[in-house]
Amino acid sequence: MDEVESVYTDIIMEHSTATYNKHELGNGAVKEHGHNPSCGDDITLEIIWNGDLIEDLAFTGSGCAISQASTSIMIDLLKGKTKEEALNLINIFLRMIKREDITEEETAKLEDAIALKNISNLPARVKCAELAWYTMEKLIEK
Amino acid sequence: MNNYDIKKDFHILKDITYLDSGATTQKPVQVINAIKNYYENNNANPHRGAYKLSIKATDVYDEARKKVSQFINARQTNEIVFTRNATESLNLIAYSYGMNNIKKGDTILLSIMEHHSNLVPWQNVCKKNGAKLEYMYVNNEGLLYEEDICKKIVPGVKVVGITQVSNVLGTINPVKEIVKRAHQVGAIVVVDASQSVPHMKVNVQDLDADFLVFSGHKMLAPLGIGVLYGKRELLNKLSPFLFGGDMIEYVYEQETTYAEVPTKFEAGTQNVEGAIGLSAAIDYLNNIGMNDVQKMEEEILEYAMSKLLKLDFITVYGPKDLSKHAGVISFNVNGVHPHDVASILDSNNVCIRSGNHCAQPLLRYMGLDSTCRASFYIYNTKEDVDKLIESLNKTRKVFEKWMK
Repeated sequence: MDEVESVYTDIIMEHSTATYNKHELGNGAVKEHGHNPSCGDDITLEIIWNGDLIEDLAFTGSGCAISQASTSIMIDLLKGKTKEEALNLINIFLRMIKREDITEEETAKLEDAIALKNISNLPARVKCAELAWYTMEKLIEK
Repeated sequence: MNNYDIKKDFHILKDITYLDSGATTQKPVQVINAIKNYYENNNANPHRGAYKLSIKATDVYDEARKKVSQFINARQTNEIVFTRNATESLNLIAYSYGMNNIKKGDTILLSIMEHHSNLVPWQNVCKKNGAKLEYMYVNNEGLLYEEDICKKIVPGVKVVGITQVSNVLGTINPVKEIVKRAHQVGAIVVVDASQSVPHMKVNVQDLDADFLVFSGHKMLAPLGIGVLYGKRELLNKLSPFLFGGDMIEYVYEQETTYAEVPTKFEAGTQNVEGAIGLSAAIDYLNNIGMNDVQKMEEEILEYAMSKLLKLDFITVYGPKDLSKHAGVISFNVNGVHPHDVASILDSNNVCIRSGNHCAQPLLRYMGLDSTCRASFYIYNTKEDVDKLIESLNKTRKVFEKWMK
């Protein structure tokens, strides 16, 4: 398997073309815009809180397969989680992307997001994978 | 000399297909050796020391300036100012000319295909001085058209900024005609020659450009050396851009008088190594001959275009008439984002650019988010194009099953 095949896996490709998380949430949603100026990836995350709980989460925008897949995977993972759980998962994900050590227990928590682990094989694309997660961090702390 | 012989001078190219010379070119061994030789034999701070070595350094630096002036056929050597790159040259013009001469109600006119470096500085001038910023637009092939040029270059326009070759679409613009028209309404013209000087014979007197800028690193020279050409009478009137050592005549506690052009614009210790490298790069290009340089690139462009247009999953942008098209091709793999294309090409050691190419207003105007860009130079061969095509087919294969 070459470095490209290790990244453009079925799960990534499926999420990159999936549209079920890609829409606006309408009134009551809080928004955060994320942008990679060097490459043009551009997403807006929208969240509806139920107290401390992420009741709904969706995105709009455009970008490469990696950024789109990463956003969709993140939404699947974080929907229904509490603020604290979500921040913890983001932290684990970003550490994984940076090739820092994460425990098996932490790895299991990431579910489909593990598919993005090999993005560090394509250093030029790490930013694409990170964009949604950094944007989400800002959105939660808004 | 043909491009196969030339390629041997570029050791970095032995394993890669480098198609991003529009961003920066690779450097031949002759340029690298010239820099090495400078540090081994001639290095000192020019214009500073009263000893032989400093005189030597001054001489080689001045010779480099002379070589640049001859390369673009300037009237005088002192019409050449060394800068860091085309961007710094353009900032110098915007600050020293624009800020002091553009007034409320004046218009600055640019083409929509300007690189951000010939756009953002002028936007800044317009904001600060209350001037209007207007654009000459392109047709769907990415060509400026006469009707719009005539409509936009009218009295009240004080500066026209125009790139000679688009870094996105490869469009060759009718700079000479634009200059002529601009002068008729009393405007000065700033020509961005970053994508033209490396690839074709550029003659500043024939163009009658008031200012013309380019970067060394896009023409075989090292990073960090750029050129500003300006007509002597204009440069003389300009106030300095950066202040400090060497650009002065007398310094008093409260007042300073400045050195003559071009030293007035070269504050602080200069990038002599860069100038030496640029001089060697010009020797290298002159040795081939700029007519042959252009011919070689035309051949590669023609070959690449004929191959790309045969792929039904590719959309190519830019002029169809190749006589108006330099060696830069923008394209998209239908349904695949340019960054994904670039990553897959990279896995085949094919280097292309993807993104908005520092020309967001152009892409927005053309209704595009981003494109892939392959740009060619004298060391590119037909085999490089074949490798590109093969890799694009691979890209298509990776994505095929997911296309909607």
